[in-house]
Amino acid sequence: MASNLIVWIELVDGQADPIAWQAMAAAGKVAGDLGGSLTAVVFGDGVCEIARQAIEAGADRVYTADDPSLGRYRVEPYAKLLARILEHEPPSVVLMGASTAGLELSAYVAALAGAGLAPDCTDLHVEDGRLAAVRPALVGNLVSTVTFKGAGHQCVTVRRNIFQPEDPDPSRTGEIIEVPAALSEDEIPTTVASVETADGTVSLTEASIIVSGGRGVGGPEGFKPVRELADALGGALGASRAAVDAGWIPYAHQVGQTGKTVQPDLYIACGISGAIQHLAGMKNARVIVAINKDADVPLYRYAHYGIAGDLFSYLPAIVEEVKKRLGR
Amino acid sequence: MNIIALVKQTPDTAQLSASMDGLKLSAEGGPRIVNPWDEYTLETAIQAREEHGGKVTALCLGPPEAADALKTALAMGVDEAVLVSDPAMADSDSLTSARILVAAIRKVGAFDLIVGGRAAIDGNTAATAVQVAALLGVPLVSYVAELRNLDPSDRTLSAVRLLEKARETVTSRLPALITVVKEINEPRYPSLIGIRKAARANIPIWGCKDLSLDAAAVGAGASGVEWRTELPPVREAHIEMIDGGPEDAARTLVDRLMEEKVI
Repeated sequence: MASNLIVWIELVDGQADPIAWQAMAAAGKVAGDLGGSLTAVVFGDGVCEIARQAIEAGADRVYTADDPSLGRYRVEPYAKLLARILEHEPPSVVLMGASTAGLELSAYVAALAGAGLAPDCTDLHVEDGRLAAVRPALVGNLVSTVTFKGAGHQCVTVRRNIFQPEDPDPSRTGEIIEVPAALSEDEIPTTVASVETADGTVSLTEASIIVSGGRGVGGPEGFKPVRELADALGGALGASRAAVDAGWIPYAHQVGQTGKTVQPDLYIACGISGAIQHLAGMKNARVIVAINKDADVPLYRYAHYGIAGDLFSYLPAIVEEVKKRLGR
Repeated sequence: MNIIALVKQTPDTAQLSASMDGLKLSAEGGPRIVNPWDEYTLETAIQAREEHGGKVTALCLGPPEAADALKTALAMGVDEAVLVSDPAMADSDSLTSARILVAAIRKVGAFDLIVGGRAAIDGNTAATAVQVAALLGVPLVSYVAELRNLDPSDRTLSAVRLLEKARETVTSRLPALITVVKEINEPRYPSLIGIRKAARANIPIWGCKDLSLDAAAVGAGASGVEWRTELPPVREAHIEMIDGGPEDAARTLVDRLMEEKVI
């Protein structure tokens, strides 16, 4: 039985979040084997251009809803609208990125539609004509393969930076279907009073390079060389739980079991021993570098390169070398 | 205020070791803790009661041994605890778990606030509490890093949400369901008196019958997904230690990173 794919295009400040095109790429990966069409949904306030981009990224059809009440993502109006669209669709795979919004929206929609859910997946394939989704569990110490039962909709979110989108194809054509919002503003139970964005800093979950500090940095001022290396590499600043719990750096930087899960190309861990809870958040980085004064820490089991030395001597030298070699 | 705290018991990942892999840890009888995110759930609920009065009821869906998680909740200071447990409920997926919890919440009665954690560290779906809000039709405020204003008389709350790329301040009507992240507070340790009281507590167990749920409507059979679980591929140690003083090591490291095309 053919199964259609429906992909939510997540917008941040009116622009498509890169994770939306990664979700499109994930859909494209299984669309052939599932034998269905690919539909994108775009909700927002002024989404015409995004709908066009979705077609260029592979959508055959795009549902758009353009309304001031949809200008910023909120779960209730988005979920109710998406669930209403699904009521009129044959059983479909509903795909989105496993961002903070995507995880929430897919779970909410799955509840409204009575659908099965496979969140935060790292691989998708088709087994006997049915979708199978691979996802880490128990903070990376188990791998689950989720398969769907029954004939209803299936909701899936895919982890950031796993699926690589192809270049857009401007020659593609597709149908755009406009739908009205499902809720009026006074039916929406929440109001966004203000939004604070961290300007000028690279988002941890999106960063391709992360430089992190742990207990070994010794204090808040110890993060200075760590931050300097992150800046020199154009990367984001991370931290272990020990450093966050000590109050040296805000929680938003925490990588690991009770922080963020990241999958950058390069992860440089400075003064981090590699507790299982930290490994949970970063061990799938493509290249891991550990800098630690101890010659034997658990992180060395996962790291590709290690420097056993004082980070306060080595980091400034690495910053200088990076600046020299990369011309920054 | 009537506050409901949703708590899960999870494997204790701190016990993972060379001789205790993920499968052994998850197996029946393995070491268990209160889901680390739910320590913040409990602290949030208890603080709300301390400020506004009322009662905190902790609900936990799990096998009989999950009563231990509720003992911790009682020792921390929740007023009542209920274990939702039935052999028929085993291997429920997130939506089926949410349906069971909704039935339990309805049995608890009227509420002003439901608190859950961002996720549980075992399944890590970050879905069940969200789905409870969807099924109850109450406002959902997720990823709460700060509860600025909880006003039971005005029936509103204001909270700061920690999103991937922003901090968002939202207001919501009450009753509402919030999920919390670590930044929100520092969970208290159970007091000695609390631990003694909790040890004596008789924790009620609600099964399918108590919740008027058909056994066929819960558990693996009623779930929209099934899953098979295995250990991740073993990772061989393949580290290259870079020797030398800072300048030499820096040069070698940058060489390697450029060869790897990661910088």
